[in-house]
Amino acid sequence: MSTNTQNLPSQFPHALEPRLAERSGGREPISIDYPVRSLSPEAAKVGLSEICLSYRSPRGEGLLALDHINLQVRAGEFVCIVGPSGCGKSTLLHLIAGLQPQTSGEILIDGNAVQGPGTDRILIFQEHGLFPWLTVGQNVEFGMKMKGVPKAERRETTRYYLRLVHLAKFEKSYIHQLSGGMRQRVAIARALATEPDVLLMDEPFAALDAQTRDLLHDELEHIWNETGRTIIFVTHNVREAIRLGDRVVLLSFRPGRVKSEFPVALPRPRHLEDPSVARAARQILDELRDEINQSLEAEYHDGVKPHVKTGVEAGFRL
Amino acid sequence: MKRAARYIIFYSALLGLWTLLAELKIWPPYLFPTPWGVGEALYAGFQDHSYWIAIRVSLQRVLIGYGISVVLGMILGLGLASNKFFEETMGGLLVSLQSLPSICWWPLALLWFGLNQNAILFVVIMGSLLSVTLAMEDGRKQMPKIFGHAGRNLGAKGFKLFWYVLLPASLPFIVSGLKQGWAFAWRSLITAEMLYLSLGLGQVLMMGRDLNDMSAVIAVMILIIAIGYVVDGVVFKGMERHLQNKWGLTPAP
Repeated sequence: MSTNTQNLPSQFPHALEPRLAERSGGREPISIDYPVRSLSPEAAKVGLSEICLSYRSPRGEGLLALDHINLQVRAGEFVCIVGPSGCGKSTLLHLIAGLQPQTSGEILIDGNAVQGPGTDRILIFQEHGLFPWLTVGQNVEFGMKMKGVPKAERRETTRYYLRLVHLAKFEKSYIHQLSGGMRQRVAIARALATEPDVLLMDEPFAALDAQTRDLLHDELEHIWNETGRTIIFVTHNVREAIRLGDRVVLLSFRPGRVKSEFPVALPRPRHLEDPSVARAARQILDELRDEINQSLEAEYHDGVKPHVKTGVEAGFRL
Repeated sequence: MKRAARYIIFYSALLGLWTLLAELKIWPPYLFPTPWGVGEALYAGFQDHSYWIAIRVSLQRVLIGYGISVVLGMILGLGLASNKFFEETMGGLLVSLQSLPSICWWPLALLWFGLNQNAILFVVIMGSLLSVTLAMEDGRKQMPKIFGHAGRNLGAKGFKLFWYVLLPASLPFIVSGLKQGWAFAWRSLITAEMLYLSLGLGQVLMMGRDLNDMSAVIAVMILIIAIGYVVDGVVFKGMERHLQNKWGLTPAP
């Protein structure tokens, strides 16, 4: 292990307590009794220590996308990462999935450093990433086929997971014959069928209509209860994060840093429209305001400086 | 029905015009044959099996040559698409080589392989390899990145990644290139076959010229067109339709 990770607790750069105290201005955090901070990266299911990612812009200047990200996720925990667009939250998931190397820092799964992709961590994309040349069943089977699982066993597992996402009848359909919500459910079944320890979800429900999204929230929570997987869920929708997560992690706008972490102690099942969820969302959005402003300024770019008082006014989805 | 009627009208008119010109006897019959003269030549050619043999020999050659082109072209194209150095250097070379008619390779092929089938195969491969390579490179680039990501994420790597993910994912983008490669292969083959005693359709065509038998020449030309058209219409159209159904793409109007 590098010296970095050993010294971690003392030099944790974006630590939760001081930030929460100084930024939330006396407001009570949603919950205070949460032992995650004491976890070392080695003991965590997923441990990110000092992750940096920089890349070269087309103009040749070096840009820092992720700046010393530290995050420990316990086994079986549901963590949501929220941040304005352009904060690098999707990129972070790609790094954890091993699809792209970080510039520096270490990603540990059960204490072992990530070297490239592995089926212990499956990423679910916003545009589902299902294979249009395969049937629903063949898509779900794919990971097992790559592993060399015998056909009979593959079929059985496929059926099990298709039943879990209520798509047993569509085993023989092609992807284009399904609705958006159904596709996302196939993607979840395909991910689960490789029996990953960690599910990485990259704004999986962002493109769905509200009713379908509500339904999939319930289903995902049910699947999470049933399978006990660790889930890291990226979204720009604060309410969705609170609806689903045990903990919400805020990333700042460019370069992405862990701005603060909010444990969510509300009883489950929660609903998007619960007043308690809305209150918690408001608290996080207040925290996010500066970041959203920066993100918008970068987007408008041409000197128009929108001043936004709350995230809601910024069109930030509640 | 309406479409069939249009076809019938068009081709009857064409045949009529041809008959009229032949009957006017502006040119001697051995230079400008009548449609039924060509029909008789076709019938005679199939009767004495010479056309059957020629078709078999030519098809065999084009299948071998084109097959090699497809396999090589896919490997080359994939290599080009995934390596920036090759893409910049060899990519440009390949595009410029594409302007070279494949028969220009004939003298080299003769020296390298001698006057035999391998020389013909070489010309066929040089004719179609470039289109397949460039199509594959293009297809690999047009293919949404998410498929490669998802495949690697689910544990596919190396050959498995290519065979189960990259190849099927790029098929809709390379099918037109494969089709073009086929057309080039077929043309190159006939050209090369015309240049020596090759038994193929190209030689039968030249034989018609040597015998001053224009009916036979036109008969073989019709055969060459028909085979090219059937492969295009049956094999490639079928492939396109199959892909469209699977992917849910709407067929081009």
